[in-house]
Amino acid sequence: MYRYDEFDAQIVKERVAQFRGQVERRLSGELLEDEFKPLRLQNGVYLQLHAYMLRVAIPYGQLSARQMRMLARIAREYDRNYGHFTTRQNIQFNWVALKDIPDVLALLAEVEMHAIQTSGNCIRNTTSDHYAGAARDEIMDPRPWCEIIRQWSTFHPEFAFLPRKFKIAVTGAAHDRAAIRVHDIGLHMRERDGVRGFEVHVGGGQGRTPHIAALVNDFVPEDRLLDYLEAIMRVYNLHGRRDNKYKARIKILVNELGEEEFTRQVEAEFAAQRSHEKIDLPQAEIDRIHAYFAPPELATKPETSDVFEAAKASDKVFARWARTNLHPHVTPGYTSVTVSLKPIGGLAGDATDAQMEIIANLAETYGQDDIRVSHAQNIILAHVALDDLPALHAELDAAGLATPNESLITDLIVCPGLDYCNLANARSIPVGQAVQKVFADPDYQEDIGRLHINISGCINACGHHHVGHIGILGVDRKGEEFYQITFGGRADEKAAIGDIAGPGLKSEDVPGALKRVVDRYRELRSGKDELFIDTLGRLGHDPFKEALYAAD
Amino acid sequence: MPLIKNGAEIDDIWAYVDGEAELSEGGCFTVPLGRFLAEASTLAERNTQVGVRLSPDDDAALLEPYLQQIQLIEITFPKYTDGRGFSQAQLLRRRFGYEGELRAVGHVLRDQLFYMNRSGIYAYETSRAALSEVLEALKEYSEVYQPAAGGRVPVFRKRHGN
Repeated sequence: MYRYDEFDAQIVKERVAQFRGQVERRLSGELLEDEFKPLRLQNGVYLQLHAYMLRVAIPYGQLSARQMRMLARIAREYDRNYGHFTTRQNIQFNWVALKDIPDVLALLAEVEMHAIQTSGNCIRNTTSDHYAGAARDEIMDPRPWCEIIRQWSTFHPEFAFLPRKFKIAVTGAAHDRAAIRVHDIGLHMRERDGVRGFEVHVGGGQGRTPHIAALVNDFVPEDRLLDYLEAIMRVYNLHGRRDNKYKARIKILVNELGEEEFTRQVEAEFAAQRSHEKIDLPQAEIDRIHAYFAPPELATKPETSDVFEAAKASDKVFARWARTNLHPHVTPGYTSVTVSLKPIGGLAGDATDAQMEIIANLAETYGQDDIRVSHAQNIILAHVALDDLPALHAELDAAGLATPNESLITDLIVCPGLDYCNLANARSIPVGQAVQKVFADPDYQEDIGRLHINISGCINACGHHHVGHIGILGVDRKGEEFYQITFGGRADEKAAIGDIAGPGLKSEDVPGALKRVVDRYRELRSGKDELFIDTLGRLGHDPFKEALYAAD
Repeated sequence: MPLIKNGAEIDDIWAYVDGEAELSEGGCFTVPLGRFLAEASTLAERNTQVGVRLSPDDDAALLEPYLQQIQLIEITFPKYTDGRGFSQAQLLRRRFGYEGELRAVGHVLRDQLFYMNRSGIYAYETSRAALSEVLEALKEYSEVYQPAAGGRVPVFRKRHGN
């Protein structure tokens, strides 16, 4: 993974000093809350319902064991012994005191981490495929370019006060696991005539007006990528709407101008760049950054493992977990392991300090010191030998981290909702827990197969409800919480926004209604290998709407 | 309002004239972009200095033919959240090669100064930051990751010895 050199370390150190000064000026009253707001917001500090929240950047979701241990320490010493991993591959601490935040940032800087631009109307953490550099279906590793984008976008003087927040995602595999088509910019790595480059999608997003991104350029060669991004950002910075915060995202600009006109403006700006304006990243720098992401040196092993096969044959619990929580690795004899943060009835994405310590230890022992955070709010150990899986599973299980549900119906994406968030209209967490309980039986879950349920507690869609195969949106109607159900959303290369099924349901009715929908799917599917989303595509939504509203 | 330019507090000899009010003899004035474009030839005949004040929705490219005759361009930041002025400054400096004064006016806060400086804005009209604070703000970062109008060498070049 990437390591800071003296320049990176200096910039992060200076950020800590700068923010310490800003906090001092706020605490002394020199800065008004209104003036402090954009400063704290560029540094991941939100004022939430109960306290300040600190969001720490995990660039493209990758962590070392040392970094994970520092997150555990912060959870222990400055929070209430836990942290919350987010859908943008970051981590949030919900109970940090404002006066302590500079000290927390100083600790993060010790392990090459920061909270720069994790909030505010600027370019946020660049996200990516959580199996990057490990997946068998990967064409190119997106992480080096994520790191290049991280550096380019850090304290970019032109794009620090955009109309609205800005999110970039990059993937390098055939199957899109980074949801690039619902990002402000989504980059899909391509190769053409031996040249590496990017397919550029712009204007995707969720929130109150969801959009699938427009394909703006089908191939930008890698040595022009940053110039192309600058052209997009400049068009957006100058012309994005600033009169209404709900119409300020780039998706609205793309939509109001039309894809063709937006593309024309970007191409015109790109073409107008004079030679001295071009970023002209030296090839030596591109190579330097790529070198940090060389694959780990893994001992040669056969494709199958006798230890693994024997454990599967003798231990049903292990065998189930091995069926659900592993992902094919590019190297024979290895796999990527999902450490589920979705125990039944738990808090999606939360990990205690003790669990973080355990994950750090396991990553060192079995996982090449390489930890990932997925946008589905789980942890991944990217490179694990099949031989080590029984031992790893036993340790995860003892720590409550071996729930066998990766991409199954209980692997819900859930926003913090009204329990924590001051934007929310409705609670998300208890609804998610109630849904999980209905589907808790592991045989039942496995029979249902891959099915993504995503829950948001308000229209801002932090829980990605628009792109859940089944989406749940909490709304407030005259002081009572209701939940709108959507069908047919997806976040992958066939990205689509779900359609609202009909009137909202009361919270207590949601689990039963979803069970009827799922059981209808099990009756109607053409076979066990037809996923819910595919049955829905084949038959349309009507049978499922009917099941949703069928009276008990 | 106090004016800080190139790291020192100086007297401001310029005045902004809103609307169509007559420009008195001998003074240094800035006018809105629309008026400047409409009166460019008459303004050029005045034997004193002429400047322009850009508002955020002005197209800075319209000034390109006149940049040789302009001594001051004021860039308006009506509130700190409006970042269009940063793009205007980059365009004027880097694309059109403007070498005269760029001045930030409006709601200019200490914590934007570093970005303004990097955008080629070296003069700040502000009542919200004393000179010592301005000088401190401009030094907050000793390294930068990307090229910009301010001319600092980004770390991706320093890493490779140029």
